[in-house]
Amino acid sequence: MAERERRLTPPRGGVFVPRVQVLSHEDVQRALTRIGHEIVERNHGLDDVILVGLQTGGVPLAFRIASVLEEIEGSAVPVGLLDVAFYRDDIGIRPVLPEAVTEIPSDLAGQLVVLVDDVLFTGRTVRAALNALADYGRARAVQLAVMVDRGHRELPIRPDYVGKNMPTRIDEQVDVSLEGVVLGDVVAR
Amino acid sequence: MPDRCRPWIRSGVTVPEVRAAPSAKRHTVVIRGGTVVDATGERRADVVVSGDQVAAVGESASAPPGATVLDAGGCWVAPGLVDLHTHLREPGDEDAENVESGARAAACGGYTAVLAMPNTDPPIDSAAVAREVLELGVGAACRVAVAGAITVGRAGQRLAPMGELAALGVRIFTDDGTGVQDVGVMRRALEYGRGLGVTLAQHCEDAALAAGGHMHEGAWSSWLGVPGRPAEAEEVMVARDIALARMTGARIHFLHLSTARSMALVAAAKAEGLAVSAEVAPHHLSLTDAEMAGYDPLFKVNPPLRTDADVVAARSACADGTVDAVATDHAPHPPERKDTTLDDAAPGMLGLETAVAVVLGALAAPVADGGGRTGGAGPRTPPPMAARDVLALLSWRPARIAGLTPDQGGDQGGPIAPGAAANLCVIDPTHRWQVDPVRLASRSRNTPWAGRTLTGRVRHTLYRGEPVVVDAEAQR
Amino acid sequence: MSRTDARTPTARRAPGGRVRDGHAGPEDGPLVVPEPEERARAARERRHLLSVGDLGVEGIADVLRVSDSFVEVGRRAIPKVPALRGRTVVMVFAEESTRTRLSFETAAKRLSADVMSFSWATSSTKKGESLRDTVETVAAMGVDAFVVRHPSAGAPAAVARWVDASVVNAGDGWHEHPTQALLDCYTIRQALAERAGRAPEETGVECFAGLRVAVVGDVRHSRVARSGVLALSALGARVTLVAPGSLVPPSLAGWPPVSLSYDLDAVLPDVDVCYLLRLQTERGAGAFLPSVREYSAHYGLTARRARLLPEDAIVMHPGPMNRGIEIADDVADLPRSVVLRQVANGVAVRMAVLFMLLGAGAPGPDAATASTAGPDAGPVPAVDPLGGDGA
Repeated sequence: MAERERRLTPPRGGVFVPRVQVLSHEDVQRALTRIGHEIVERNHGLDDVILVGLQTGGVPLAFRIASVLEEIEGSAVPVGLLDVAFYRDDIGIRPVLPEAVTEIPSDLAGQLVVLVDDVLFTGRTVRAALNALADYGRARAVQLAVMVDRGHRELPIRPDYVGKNMPTRIDEQVDVSLEGVVLGDVVAR
Repeated sequence: MPDRCRPWIRSGVTVPEVRAAPSAKRHTVVIRGGTVVDATGERRADVVVSGDQVAAVGESASAPPGATVLDAGGCWVAPGLVDLHTHLREPGDEDAENVESGARAAACGGYTAVLAMPNTDPPIDSAAVAREVLELGVGAACRVAVAGAITVGRAGQRLAPMGELAALGVRIFTDDGTGVQDVGVMRRALEYGRGLGVTLAQHCEDAALAAGGHMHEGAWSSWLGVPGRPAEAEEVMVARDIALARMTGARIHFLHLSTARSMALVAAAKAEGLAVSAEVAPHHLSLTDAEMAGYDPLFKVNPPLRTDADVVAARSACADGTVDAVATDHAPHPPERKDTTLDDAAPGMLGLETAVAVVLGALAAPVADGGGRTGGAGPRTPPPMAARDVLALLSWRPARIAGLTPDQGGDQGGPIAPGAAANLCVIDPTHRWQVDPVRLASRSRNTPWAGRTLTGRVRHTLYRGEPVVVDAEAQR
Repeated sequence: MSRTDARTPTARRAPGGRVRDGHAGPEDGPLVVPEPEERARAARERRHLLSVGDLGVEGIADVLRVSDSFVEVGRRAIPKVPALRGRTVVMVFAEESTRTRLSFETAAKRLSADVMSFSWATSSTKKGESLRDTVETVAAMGVDAFVVRHPSAGAPAAVARWVDASVVNAGDGWHEHPTQALLDCYTIRQALAERAGRAPEETGVECFAGLRVAVVGDVRHSRVARSGVLALSALGARVTLVAPGSLVPPSLAGWPPVSLSYDLDAVLPDVDVCYLLRLQTERGAGAFLPSVREYSAHYGLTARRARLLPEDAIVMHPGPMNRGIEIADDVADLPRSVVLRQVANGVAVRMAVLFMLLGAGAPGPDAATASTAGPDAGPVPAVDPLGGDGA
């Protein structure tokens, strides 16, 4: 198994080589603030709203959005952390390990979950996240907030809140953090 | 010289006559280009064999028309090898081996005589079974002598009818497979055997110390978590039987000794003048317990493979005369007894066809950098032995212990001279070959050297003047 | 797999240590262990867990880390993830063991794998079918992993030679019980984290450095002891073996460096972890002692002895406990006794092991880079764009 898997995996031990900074630190903050407002507007308030950040890229973004929401509405929105490793559809095809622990603070029945991730690409991570969330109760609705939508969807998944739409080549790599969004390539070590 | 009954037998039972090969009407075989090595020395010579005897030994023999010419260029021409310890498995376990296939394997290994061990089913503890095996040996590719059991059923309690067996020509008795645990029984057996003029041979392993073990008890067994058989299980019985030999004045032969201290005990006993002899198996001259790292039952054997230090001591003991003979302990097993978990697997490995190469590698190969030696021991190994001394361990010295030399009335191991029995082997000491278990003459495949390249091979074997192995291929 | 392949010995010497068949081994003198990176690298190539020694520090740390995630799964209302859906895991238990077997079965089922169980007494081996034939027959039905427990050391290694599936050693004779050692390490780390007021997942394996562990009891016959000592030594703990003279292994040359003591009372005041081994009466351990009573008088953790332990020390036992022999009844129920937690953690750790063997590719430092690719890493390329093995 090991040999075949390694051949199908993006290069192990690869290095991200940045090329172009697409969004600066301030651009990211402004986008997150806008997304926060959109969440409040779309859901007519924050009743039963829970943010769930996808490990690991979506987590700092989720916490940032939560503090934005607290500034806007004055109420603290719970933030959960979700690692989708066990729900991925490529288990056994490439090496998969959970990066961090999942912590969903409560039963999600009747809640409105806003999934937060850094990059929306093929849609498979979100699909895995939806499967995972189903194991925590039947949510009232699930909405998706992403910092960057880079296209190349392989599943019928669409975001509700987008920081920036960014068409990319399939072999490019997008790196998102609170410090900014950078476009680059992954090169083997 | 045809076999004779022992002069002191009164029962009138005769040893089955070994029938001469059908085509031996004074057929001539010329062994050309080799170096004759026997107890008298080493000399470049051709050997002419006529019928079942050596006719001439000298430079450049000419081949008469119709003679078979065997090329022995670069080879040693020696008396046929004699194995004191072979398991032919017949009767009772013919899936693993039978007399015919075992003898063929022996011939391929250069052996013209083997001593068949009695742990068959039924065991060779009665004249009937002994006779059966002797008769199966008639027409085999080498001489099949038979060892009888010391006790009935090899159970270690009652003495087997050693007199009856001796009347059939059995000269060596052993319960091999196990040792005689009860010291009182062993004492009686030695005394009785002394009266018959036979030799008792012991498989030295104290059952209480060795019980439950599947490999040598030491650092490796401790690392691998495998129950072990300590060296002391062998040494305790060696020491005991040396004391009994002293007490009874009987002759005793120690089978497959494997530890350094056993060698030391035997050396001391010989220095004292006791009638003690000892053999060592090829695997104990070259393999160590480190081979068990992969839990491969191919390396499981009793007594087990021991440490580097024991291998070195075994080699030294061969060089200094403490060890009298190398005996293969050829132990065939069908795949289902070896291809299983370690605790379930049967102990034992094949040995007849690889003995020459392994022994040469262990005892005679140059040791400049430790390379070329089969198996692990390093720079502490003793200096290489001369060809003649190695062949002594394989041929004429075991022949003497088995009672098969010409001056004992037999036809094995004698000097190669006109009139001698034509039981010869031609060994190429530099031939490199890869061991393929499927292509061995034995019915079984359990050789630990599978896939390895060995140096030294038997090219031809003559049994009673007949070439039973030519160019490493069995003819019969 | 041809039969001759399985038997060809591949003894080789590796630089920096004596390694044969991928197993490290002892010299006649002090133990020489191959470089840890070398073993971790070898372990990453493997599809099996046969010895905890094969994992190396990196490997053990990975297992503990992944176990954190599975502990969370175990806390859910429905403790199940689809990670190994469609895979088949077969338990081949040639030795009675309800607890370990149930633990593995639960682990596999919680990963949504299909589970088959196979126990010796009812199997066709009684009718004379060999272990090899049995295992190959079962493998032919399409099996992804075998979990093997057998009274003979090396049996899981033999199974690994015979079949293509992954093999997990669930205990082979006196040799090893790797998942027990891993769940014990997990439990220790959990206890140390709690003591320091931190979450377990924030606690790395540095917490083991210098930890003082006493392993008490029938060390000679204990695969749990061997695996545990291997793991703890690799992680930097200081281990002391405490046993009656006849229950010490015949040679410690094959063990990592450990101290040895015959006096439990002297050792207890200086330990952080007191690990009690079970007296293996069913394997004849009783024959090595004058009586069980004498054993518990000198080596049992009585209430009096428990008071000798430092305040923070924990008491562990692989189970099932012989109450009144290795451990007094009331001591087993003290807060410092984490035996039940060991059992609970066992399922999560075994889930981690199965997931890492079957779902994840092998563990190691490169794993972090690999998984950040995420399922959104794009379509799985049919041909590696860099050509050849990207590792």
